[in-house]
Amino acid sequence: MNLLGKLSWSAIPFDQPIIMGAGAFMVLIIVAILSWVTLKGYLPYLWREWITSVDHKRVGVMYFLLALVMLLRGFADAIMMRAQQAVAAGSAEGYLPPEHFDQVFSAHGTIMIFFVAMPFVIGLMNFVLPLQLGVRDVAFPTLNSVSFWLTASGVLLINVSLVVGEFAKTGWIAYPPLSELQFSPGVGVDYYLWSLQISGVGTLLTGINFVTTILKLRAPGMGYMRMPVFCWTALAANLLIVAAFPVLTATFAMLLLDRYLDFHFFTVDGQGNAMMYVNLFWVWGHPEVYILILPAFGVFSEVVATFSGKPLFGYRSMVTATMAICVLSFLVWLHHFFTMGASADVNGFFGVMTMIIAVPTGVKIFNWLFTMYGGRVRFTVPVLWSLGFMVTFVIGGMTGVLMAVPPADFQLHNSLFLVAHFHNVIIGGVVFGVMAGYNYWFPKAFGFKLDERWGRASFWCWLVGFYVAFMPLYVLGLMGMTRRMQHYDNPAWQPWLVVAAIGALIILAGIVCQIVQLVVSIRDRELLRVSGDPWNGRTLEWSTASPPPAWNFAVLPDVAERDTYWFLKQRASAEQAQPVTQHQYEPIEMPKNSAVGVVNAFFAVVAGFALIWHIWWMAGLGLLGTFLTILVFAFRDEDEIQVSAAQVAQFDRIHEPEVAI
Amino acid sequence: MTTESYNRAPGDRSILTDKEETTSSGVLIYSIGLLLALVLTAASFWVANTSLLWAPGIPLGLAVLAIAQMGVHVVFFLHITTGPDNANNVLALAFGVLIVTLVVAGSLVIMTNLNGSMMPPAEMMDMQMKY
Amino acid sequence: MNVTVALDAGEAPPSASEAGPAPKRTVIVYGFWIFLLSDIVMFSALFAAYAVLRHATAGGPTGAELINQGRVAIETACLLASSYTCGLMTLAVNSRSRLGTYIGALLTFALGAAFLALEIREFADMIAHGVSPQRSAFLSAFFTLVGCHGMHVAAGLIWLAVVMAQVARKGFRAPVLRRLQCFSLFWHALDIIWVGLLTVVYLMGVAS
Repeated sequence: MNLLGKLSWSAIPFDQPIIMGAGAFMVLIIVAILSWVTLKGYLPYLWREWITSVDHKRVGVMYFLLALVMLLRGFADAIMMRAQQAVAAGSAEGYLPPEHFDQVFSAHGTIMIFFVAMPFVIGLMNFVLPLQLGVRDVAFPTLNSVSFWLTASGVLLINVSLVVGEFAKTGWIAYPPLSELQFSPGVGVDYYLWSLQISGVGTLLTGINFVTTILKLRAPGMGYMRMPVFCWTALAANLLIVAAFPVLTATFAMLLLDRYLDFHFFTVDGQGNAMMYVNLFWVWGHPEVYILILPAFGVFSEVVATFSGKPLFGYRSMVTATMAICVLSFLVWLHHFFTMGASADVNGFFGVMTMIIAVPTGVKIFNWLFTMYGGRVRFTVPVLWSLGFMVTFVIGGMTGVLMAVPPADFQLHNSLFLVAHFHNVIIGGVVFGVMAGYNYWFPKAFGFKLDERWGRASFWCWLVGFYVAFMPLYVLGLMGMTRRMQHYDNPAWQPWLVVAAIGALIILAGIVCQIVQLVVSIRDRELLRVSGDPWNGRTLEWSTASPPPAWNFAVLPDVAERDTYWFLKQRASAEQAQPVTQHQYEPIEMPKNSAVGVVNAFFAVVAGFALIWHIWWMAGLGLLGTFLTILVFAFRDEDEIQVSAAQVAQFDRIHEPEVAI
Repeated sequence: MTTESYNRAPGDRSILTDKEETTSSGVLIYSIGLLLALVLTAASFWVANTSLLWAPGIPLGLAVLAIAQMGVHVVFFLHITTGPDNANNVLALAFGVLIVTLVVAGSLVIMTNLNGSMMPPAEMMDMQMKY
Repeated sequence: MNVTVALDAGEAPPSASEAGPAPKRTVIVYGFWIFLLSDIVMFSALFAAYAVLRHATAGGPTGAELINQGRVAIETACLLASSYTCGLMTLAVNSRSRLGTYIGALLTFALGAAFLALEIREFADMIAHGVSPQRSAFLSAFFTLVGCHGMHVAAGLIWLAVVMAQVARKGFRAPVLRRLQCFSLFWHALDIIWVGLLTVVYLMGVAS
């Protein structure tokens, strides 16, 4: 029996220069960073303050950072595809052979959805939720750390697949029969499945964590209708995570059983039913996109209200619309496979439901517009992203409603029109929302603002770049071009694809601007220093110092109104003095840091890699390792540390000038 | 301290778990639950095997008995009640039931419909043998 | 967690949603409740797959041919009884009786292990006769659905053993009590899922 399963030196594609180049680049950067960190002596600090941290603010920042890094990898895939399609017309073959191109578009989709968009959104929710709810941390702080590190495990596995072995060539959805062993005998689909199963556990735990936090851990007085709208959208999104991710876990488990143990869920033999994979995948897949967009909607609600200087218009209708979207998102999934052959009745039902779900979103758009109307709008970078979203997302939403008509979808399914639509809503909605949230909450997290000029530059590059890159795809879809084409014969398509490639380069400029923005802001951070409330905010997170102490609030706020912090500021200025807040400082118990997250994730990576390469003894060790890690953790005696009253008082005293009231 | 009367943990019989109710009342509740569950299980086995019932109605009868028994578990073993202190627990359960219903019923309807649009096996054999 | 709540005398008590952060026990057990619901959704996906594939026998054995009702009845009785003894264990925990807790746990473990042993025996017999999950889509679905439940039972038994070790080592401290509560929720939920399994897979399989 081969001790290393299917693994051998031939797994590394020494003969493919692009992969070897990319891999070498990746390894070089990782080694460089690790060396720098070690030589500067930062390792103990990193271990103590970040890697083993269970503080939601730290975990949130780590999620966000992970997403930013993976954005670069996913975007590199995008550039490669645009470049290939711009040249591979007629007799030109392009530079990317089909079996490589297929891995690129599969990796692009998988990375962007699971390892860019999800971590972005989860990172924002992680950082903001407890602060907005007026509490000290999420319901399960250590579980939070475990979730993050499991997501990082998935990231590691998918990056290893670039150099050791291959990735799936099936597209990011991995439909059988193509994804079955018979037609994908290599390790690619296994990398896809295990990396997503592992990170999927992390995401599910996050969903449970946040639902419990929002429902059971709010400051005194903060009834449901006094929560910020961001918390409502986070609640809806996390309910969807709890409801949808288990279906994905089961579906991938069935595909794994088919591949590893010769089961027949989706195979051609044994009367398996490949259509059932499609059905179950999209039962998860549709709620997933709402998991991504709902928190972005929440960001816009916060940003628009704050920078208009007015309360959000129509709070109740926003809440209703949010929860309506939450429920409706489970009633539309068939629109992803209208062409699979269901009868007109079934197609028609789901078509109508898809159109209905556009209505609550429309309500939200109107509410944002009415919030700005009559307000004094400050055109900060977050507001620019919000305005860009409103135009772009509406266009994308409309093309979605267009495709909700089954006969129309029969023409457009799997064409570039579809590709343009979902990029329209995901970039225009999720990415713009994340960028708005990033610029908005960065000062709270780090104590200094991001540079405005580079922020504006990045916005305009993204906005213009998006339209230049994706509007041609709508045209191409209507001209009949299918998605995922490595090469095509119709020369009429090429000019449009060249324009799209230029658009991708403009977006690249936008990303470069964001990197420069970060570097410049860090360099000039003393000039950009802010107080706890740089934007004249309305919600509780702005009542803390920037960055907040580990315990968030010395005393949990007592909430009497919606837009609590705004109300407190109004009351303080009406009373013409600092309210006499003679805090009786008491010691605070905070959860203890723990290495269980990172250690557990390490064993998960070992197990995942071993399962991919059929190294059974190593897989067993990995699984045993995760079990033992949890066991050791379960028996720890001390789970909290006490922050003394004096320490709390001292922090408040030092930061008193920063905190408005 | 926070008022505890609004927040009963799922599975707790009442807010103060160790003082308020006696063990004997607890044993009674569990025993009634066990008895009801046994009766419903026996009834299910009978329904599945009898020839006294109209055959097409048997699956429905079994489903009803199963749901009843799940209800017995939820009420007598998990102590989920309709009181205001239990509201969150009931709502969560209802949400779960909704999702389960949508997933199972939705998948069944869709897959039955799709399978109905597939060619019958006989015609598929014909197509294969032509070439 | 330190909280100061401003409640003037004579003010109306806060409504349920304004009461502030819930006690730790409630928070943790509620979180586990949400996890259980997610687990049930996962089972529902497997149930859906089974329901769709129940006739996809590929010329192999059907459900009706496979089912040994006597064995299934005993399995059901074992699991139901173990739910009952788990309830008794909870009562012992509430009374802080160590002996009662250990006895309740031991009975629950024994009955759960008996269930598992019978099920493993069932699977082994089937496979020995060539009735394996590789034979047809129906059998793949059958083995996966029933097997997933069995794996959950096995995990529960391991968990029970660990929690008993914690009771022995730490006594009835708050974290241990919370874990006992979570375990009992898990165990009862497994029996609820078994009711569904019994009905859909075994009894409907027999009746059809």
